[in-house]
Amino acid sequence: MDWIQILNNSASSIISPATLAYALAALGLAVHFGYAGLLNMGIAGFMALGAYGYAIGILTFNLPWWAAALLGLAASAVFALILGIPTLRLRGDYLAIVTIAAAEVLRLLFLTTTFDEVTGSADGLSGYHGSFRASNPIPEGTYGFGPFMYNEIGWWVRILGIIALILAAVTVWRLMSSPWGRVLKGIREDEDAVRALGKNVFSYKLTALVVGGVIAAAGGIVYALPSAVNPGVYVTSLTFFVYTALLLGGAATVFGPLVGSLIFWVLQTVLGNVLPAAVDAGLLPFMSNIQAQTLRFILVGIALMLIVIFRPQGILGNKKELTFVK
Amino acid sequence: MSPTATAELVVDINNVVAGYLPGVNILNGCSLQARRGELIGIIGPNGAGKSTLLKSIFGQVNVRSGTITLDGEDITSLRANQLVALGVGMVPQTNNVFASLTIEENLQMGLFQRPSAYAERLEFVTSIFGELGKRLKQRAGSLSGGERQMVAMSRALMMDPKVLLLDEPSAGLSPVRQDEAFIRVSEINKAGVTCIMVEQNARRCLQICDRGYVLDQGRDAYTGTGRELLNDPKVTELYLGTLGV
Amino acid sequence: MSSDITPPVERPKTTGLHVGEAAPGVAKTDPIIVVDGVRRTFGGLTAVNVDHLEIPRGAITALIGPNGAGKTTLFNLLTGFDRPDAGSWTFDGKSISGMPAFKVARLGQVRTFQLTKALGLLTVLENMKLGAKHQIGERFWQSLFPFFWRRQELEIEDRAVGILKKFKLDAKSEDFAASLSGGQRKLLEMARALMSEPQLVMLDEPMAGVNPALTQSLLEHILDLKDEGMTVLFVEHDMHMVRHIADWVIVMAEGRVVAEGDPITVMRNPAVIDAYLGAHQELDLGVVTGRYEAEDADPTTDALASDTVEVSDIEEEASEESK
Repeated sequence: MDWIQILNNSASSIISPATLAYALAALGLAVHFGYAGLLNMGIAGFMALGAYGYAIGILTFNLPWWAAALLGLAASAVFALILGIPTLRLRGDYLAIVTIAAAEVLRLLFLTTTFDEVTGSADGLSGYHGSFRASNPIPEGTYGFGPFMYNEIGWWVRILGIIALILAAVTVWRLMSSPWGRVLKGIREDEDAVRALGKNVFSYKLTALVVGGVIAAAGGIVYALPSAVNPGVYVTSLTFFVYTALLLGGAATVFGPLVGSLIFWVLQTVLGNVLPAAVDAGLLPFMSNIQAQTLRFILVGIALMLIVIFRPQGILGNKKELTFVK
Repeated sequence: MSPTATAELVVDINNVVAGYLPGVNILNGCSLQARRGELIGIIGPNGAGKSTLLKSIFGQVNVRSGTITLDGEDITSLRANQLVALGVGMVPQTNNVFASLTIEENLQMGLFQRPSAYAERLEFVTSIFGELGKRLKQRAGSLSGGERQMVAMSRALMMDPKVLLLDEPSAGLSPVRQDEAFIRVSEINKAGVTCIMVEQNARRCLQICDRGYVLDQGRDAYTGTGRELLNDPKVTELYLGTLGV
Repeated sequence: MSSDITPPVERPKTTGLHVGEAAPGVAKTDPIIVVDGVRRTFGGLTAVNVDHLEIPRGAITALIGPNGAGKTTLFNLLTGFDRPDAGSWTFDGKSISGMPAFKVARLGQVRTFQLTKALGLLTVLENMKLGAKHQIGERFWQSLFPFFWRRQELEIEDRAVGILKKFKLDAKSEDFAASLSGGQRKLLEMARALMSEPQLVMLDEPMAGVNPALTQSLLEHILDLKDEGMTVLFVEHDMHMVRHIADWVIVMAEGRVVAEGDPITVMRNPAVIDAYLGAHQELDLGVVTGRYEAEDADPTTDALASDTVEVSDIEEEASEESK
C-alpha cells in the first residue's frame, strides 16, 4: 500500500472544492437545524438549485459567471420562500417529510427529459466554465507545495470557495450573536414563550430558512464550479451526508460545520484510498475493489447513527444548549 | 372503629421524593398507607403535589428516593404497563377515554390483558353504573365530561384492580354532577374496591373518605380519619376555608 | 400554606370599579378589556361561554373558579393563543379578536403561563433582554452590524439588571434559567414580562407550586405593578391570596361567569360557593351514602337533612340537568 500517495491525496482533500462545498452546505444546514430547530431533510435540493441555477444561467441565459452564481442563490431563496410559507406552521416531523419530498421533486424536475434542453436531464450540464476561467486573475502555471499542488484554475476555484465560506461564516456568526440570533434561540426552545413576548415567530423561521438555503446553494455552486452538474449527486443520501458532517462538528455552532465537513471529507478520501488499496494488497479478501468504495458510504451511515445516539452535540457543541436532545 | 382499620396494607408509600424536572422536587418526603377496602382522600392546595403523588404510584414521575409497595411488593420503579398487570387502576383527570371508540370498546380496552373475564366484569361494572349497560354502542367522544369520567372509572374497574387511583374526579363538573361523582366513588368503594382519590373539593372528599391526607408543599401536613379532619379546626381554617379550596 | 404567610403591608384596595349592581357582566367605570359573546368548545365540551365581561383598568382582578372552569382557556383566547368559535373582544377600545398572539403582545398585553416558560437554554439576563420591545438588533439586516444596535443593547441591559435587582435575581444573571428553582423561574417570567413595559399583565396561576417565602415576595411584586399604573388580571386558586391583593374578583364555573364583585362579597355568594363545593352544601355526602351515621355528620352540614336525602335523589337531580 502506497502510504505516501494516500497521505498526499488525503491532505490535498482538505481544501478540495468538495470539502468547501460541504462546509458551506453544512453551514446552511446549521442555520436551519442547529440554530432554528427546523428539521430540513431536503438540503440537497437547495444545493441542486445553486448548481443548476449557476450552470443554466451561463448555458441558457448567457450570463457571466458571477451573475449566474447570483441567479443560483436567488433561486434557492425563492425556493425557501415557497417551501416555508405553507410548511413552517407544521410540526417538526411533518416539515421533515415535506422537505424530503420537495427536494426529490426538484431532482426529478432536473432529471426529466421534458426540460432536457435546459437541464440536460440525465446527462446533466457541463462545459460552462468559459467565463469563469476567463476571469481568472492567476497567470497560467502550477503552484503550491507538497500535496497542495494545483494549476491556476484549481487555485482560482479554491480561493473563491474559501472567500465564500469566510463570508458565510462571518454572516452566520454575526447573526447568531445579535439580538436577532437571541430570538431564534428562544424560538428553538419554545415558540409560544417567544410569541408571548411580541416576536413574529413565523417571520424569523422563514428568514432562517432563506439564509440557510442561500448558503447551502453557495455550496452547490462551489461544488459545480470546477466540474459538472450531475442530477445523480443531489439525492437524499447527500442530505444525510451533510447531516453527518454537521452533527459530527456540532450543529449549533459556526465552526462545527466547518470542522465536521473537514473531518468528513478527509476521512472519506482516506477510506477511498485505503480500502481499495487494502483490497489490492489482499487484506480484505472477501471484497472487490468497487465494493470497497461502497463500503465507505456504509461506514458513513453507521457513523451518523453512532453520533446521534452517543454524542449528538458533536465535537464542538454544548450539550446544555441542544434542544433536540432530552 | 371502621372495619378496614385492621385490614392489610395494599399500598404503602414511604417517604417519597419525586419531581419532573431535574433538580426540582414536587414531593419532599411524602408517605401514605391504604388498607384493603379503604377510601383514601388526598387534598391540599394547587401545586402541593397531590396529582404527583398519584402519578408516582403509577410510574409516571421520577421517584428519586423512598419506596412504594403494593401488597408488600416493591413497585417503585415499575412502568405503567407493569403496574396495570399487577392490579393498579388509574382514572386520569383528562384524556381519560378513547374518544373514537364506543363505550363497549373502551371497556374492552380496560380488560385487554384478560379478555376472558369480560362478561363477569361487565356485570360488576353495570351493577354500579346502571345506565352504562344501555349505551354500550355509543361513541365515547360524544359524551359529556361527567359521562366520560364514568366510562373512565368503569374501564379501570374492568380489570378488577387491587387499588383504584382517581385524579380529581369532580374537576370541571357542574355542582350537582360533582356530588354525583363523589357518590359514584363511594359506591365503587362500597363494592369492595380500595380507592385512593385526589381531590380539589376538599370538604366533599373528606366527607366520603375513610382516611385522608392533607398535602402541602409536597409533604403530608395532616392525616387522620375523614371525620377527624373534618372536625379539625386547623384543617378547616387552612384548607376548607369559605370555598373549600 | 395559605395562612402561613403574613399578609403584605396593607395597601388600599381600589374601589368604585363597577357601574351598577355587581352581577356577572357588570359594566366597569374604566374597562381595559371588554368581552362579548365568546364561545369556545372542544369537541362537544363547552370550555368557555361568556356573554359579557369587562376588566377594570388600573386594578388587580382575580379570575377564580374550580378546575376545568375555563379560566386558562379564556386567558388563551384573550391573548391570541387560541381561536374562539364565536365572539369578539377589545383591548383599550381596539378590537383584537382574531389577532395573532405576538401582535396582541405588542399592543401592551403580556402574559405568563401556568407551566412556566422561562427559557432554560438562555441565561437569566438573555431571557430578560428578550422581553424588551422595539429592538433594532432584532431586525435582520441591522443585526449584522453591531454598530446599529450596540448602544440600545446596553440600555436594555441596564434596565434588565435594574428589574432583576428588584426581583432579587441579579446575582443569577449569568446562569442558565434552567438552573433556577421553580419559584425563581416564576419570578423570572414576571420580571421578563415587565421588560416590555406593558399596560396589562396577565398571570396564569402565579403562585402554583411556589413555597411560602417566595409567595410573599411575588405578592409584593404584583401589588407593585398596580402602583406603577399597570392593570393586572390573574388566575388563582389560593383564596387567601386573592382576598389579600385582589380589588375585583370574577368567578367562572363550567365556562360561564357566575359572579363578580369585591373579594369579600363574592366569596359569600351562594352561586360561587355552589360552584366550588357541590350543589348541596347542607348535606354531608358521607351520611347520604350511608357510610357514616347522622350523629357523626360534618358539623357544617344539616345532619337531619343528610340522613333523609337518598342517593337516588341526587342521581335524579343530576340526570335532570342533562335534559
